[in-house]
Amino acid sequence: MLLSLFWTFFKLGLFTFGGGYAMIANIRELVVDKKKWLDEDELMQVIAIAESTPGPIAINLATYVGYKKGRFLGSLLSTLGVVLPSLIIIFTISLFLDAFMSNVYVQYAFVGIKCAVAFLILKAGLNMFKKLPKKPLPLVCFGVVFAVMIVFELFAVEFSSIFLILIGGAIGIFVYALYKTDKTNKTDKTEKTDKGDLQK
Amino acid sequence: MIYLVLFLEFFKVGLFTFGGGYAMIPLIEEITIEYGWITESEFYDFIGVCESTPGPIAINMATYIGSTQGGILGSICATLGVVAPSFLIILLVAAILKNFTENKYFKAFLKGVKPVVIALIVSTGVILLAKCIGYQSRTSFDFDWRSTAIFSALALTYFLVQKFGKKKLPAVALILISAGLGIIVGMV
Repeated sequence: MLLSLFWTFFKLGLFTFGGGYAMIANIRELVVDKKKWLDEDELMQVIAIAESTPGPIAINLATYVGYKKGRFLGSLLSTLGVVLPSLIIIFTISLFLDAFMSNVYVQYAFVGIKCAVAFLILKAGLNMFKKLPKKPLPLVCFGVVFAVMIVFELFAVEFSSIFLILIGGAIGIFVYALYKTDKTNKTDKTEKTDKGDLQK
Repeated sequence: MIYLVLFLEFFKVGLFTFGGGYAMIPLIEEITIEYGWITESEFYDFIGVCESTPGPIAINMATYIGSTQGGILGSICATLGVVAPSFLIILLVAAILKNFTENKYFKAFLKGVKPVVIALIVSTGVILLAKCIGYQSRTSFDFDWRSTAIFSALALTYFLVQKFGKKKLPAVALILISAGLGIIVGMV
């Protein structure tokens, strides 16, 4: 079982291109359909947990499935399995990258690749934005953080995004607590005072 | 002690990234620039490499940056750093706090985090696009027709394939097409 966990997640790490979400499809095929380690409902539950905990989704999935099937050792081997292909491949590439990048055609190619990276990041962000509930609070948080990031870039301000993430989380809890203690009041009002706090 | 720094910095990245690989890009960019490990240009070049190699982007970035700073041991430390928070938190959730992700306050926390993370990703994308077109700093702009042409061609191809082919071009395909366009435009 333990070896099988390691090997399965090694394959997942090796054949998944394009990050965590691509891995969900592969996990469904391998872990649900083929190995029958989880049923569809359990998979959905695992994905929900992987998405709501920090860290790469692929790692969260591997650790969780590993733990369910093989306790601590299972989770350790699954996680190791999913990480190892990346570690080996990228480490090998990193040894040759400098020599590779000094080739003029490679440099031309990377002018193009940089555009593709901009496109991919923008597309991923906009897709996530589309799924964001269009309510005042999330939209204002989004707008303020977006504006702040652009201003920071323009004026070369160094500020860790970790603080912005934590402030966002604190506002989420604050609004929830207000909403809970003050159910009779209109929630719109509490949200408005909160926006003021954020903009300070 | 570069190994410890790599481990701790990537541990922070792993701990504060909600929402998958793309959410990690702005955080990793900040630390690499802060420490001067690699230049911004090298950073985005390497994201292109990560998009066309297997595995989670976060792991690939950690391995690469670790390797440039401390060889094989550096890449192992950085990778362990980015993986450790996930591993420990999921173990906790799976073994002890079975209903933690159902906790109302935790859900409220995530609700507040989500728009912030999306804004970080979108702003990273917008700034990167502006740099492709020729933005250099607040006071200098140098129109880059090559990159602008490649970006437009890429976006057009993607939307045409999506509309008429009813398919989404995978990231690897976009990287390969853009590399080809880069070589063609570069030789002009």
